[in-house]
Amino acid sequence: MIGVIDYGMGNLHSVSKALERLNVPYFLSEDPDRLAEADGLILPGVGSFHDAMNLLQEKGQEDFIKKWAADGRPLLGICLGMQLLFDGSEENKHTEGLGFLPGYAKHFPGVTEDGTAYKVPHMGWNKLSFKQPQHDLLKGVVEGHVYFVHSYVIQTEDEDVLIADSDYYETVPAVVGRGRVLGTQFHPEKSSTIGMKILENFGTIVAEGRNTYE
Amino acid sequence: MITKRIIPCLDVKEGRVVKGVQFVGLRDAGDPVELSSFYDEQGADELVFLDISASHEGRKTMVDVVRETAGTLAIPFTVGGGINTLDDMRTILRAGADKVSLNTAAVKRPELISEGADYFGSQCIVTAIDAKFDEELDSWRIYTHGGRTPTEWEVTEWAREVVRRGSGEILLTSMDQDGAKDGFDLSLTETVNNAVSVPVIASGGAGVKEHFSRVFSETNADAALAASIFHYKETSVEEVKKHLREEGVRVR
Repeated sequence: MIGVIDYGMGNLHSVSKALERLNVPYFLSEDPDRLAEADGLILPGVGSFHDAMNLLQEKGQEDFIKKWAADGRPLLGICLGMQLLFDGSEENKHTEGLGFLPGYAKHFPGVTEDGTAYKVPHMGWNKLSFKQPQHDLLKGVVEGHVYFVHSYVIQTEDEDVLIADSDYYETVPAVVGRGRVLGTQFHPEKSSTIGMKILENFGTIVAEGRNTYE
Repeated sequence: MITKRIIPCLDVKEGRVVKGVQFVGLRDAGDPVELSSFYDEQGADELVFLDISASHEGRKTMVDVVRETAGTLAIPFTVGGGINTLDDMRTILRAGADKVSLNTAAVKRPELISEGADYFGSQCIVTAIDAKFDEELDSWRIYTHGGRTPTEWEVTEWAREVVRRGSGEILLTSMDQDGAKDGFDLSLTETVNNAVSVPVIASGGAGVKEHFSRVFSETNADAALAASIFHYKETSVEEVKKHLREEGVRVR
């Protein structure tokens, strides 16, 4: 069973509907005690990094998620939820993240090194390029297009956390992870068949790992 | 690199899809939920629903349409029309829409854009701009109320204002071209594109597939929207994308 973390920042409906279509059992909750009963967690989210971290703290979810990740249990962050898995963001000068993955969210500069302006947010369908084609999240997934909407981009020195990336005037970490802490910058629930397959794969990772903790 | 998006638009009235030619003379072209799945399968990159219901009942029906669509659709969709308050935005986004599009209400009270962007994030807030060329301004004037009411706004000034307030995307409709089927308004599209840093969706005037390749080769539009040519199967999303690929335009 997947627990979708409701902290007031996500489009929970579309994630839920996607899981329903895949027949992946799930529930929504903001209560850490209830979420603790799940076998895997999804951390959705759109909007402000700063607001998101504040809400996670207010609802007592931050410590819970940190313990969850430290125990090696499966966690999938989506969009802003993925960025929260990293060290922090330059939003509001500096906002501390959950710190599971090394890297930092920076605003797209909107202009290339040679001075060409480009659009921000990075919005629309962009192509994936696999860094770890054998990764469980990418099983049966082709290097096709997925749907992105974001103004901040993760910058990381640690290439090991890159499972797939994309290109928007710079390298955009698109699927990331270490151990069972995973994330997608794009919206799998909005990325047609490729996105649905990735969600399904996460469902499988969760289902297969279930016995470990019972 | 990012691809150009093709966006069918569904004008919905009391739960049914209709399309106005030059904003008058509506025809009924089908069920929104069914049509959206059809477009998804055809390779549409995104969908826009414009609620043109006049009644309170019609608006409530729209929320059901959004909820039902969100349950079947695995691509993003935007809902516009009759969104006047933060509460309206919340209702539509909670029902499963990915973005809301603001038009008249944003002109009346531009703070609505800032409030929406602060609360839900810029990526959720599209501003729909209806523009018509105006001799006196020597530029395009912004109209509200479905193109019936002229405003004091010149198009680039308004476009900059909505972006400054946090709008993450602009849906730009040429009233001169809308329904005429002789192509997108390239000069309007490029003018607005050059004025702002957010994605611009060109709308109004698509009649044949070549109009899409023109708007992408001659302007920096990020997406192109059309309604009747898709609804009445004069061309299809599939055909348009095939044509764009042949013309060297990057598409999904």
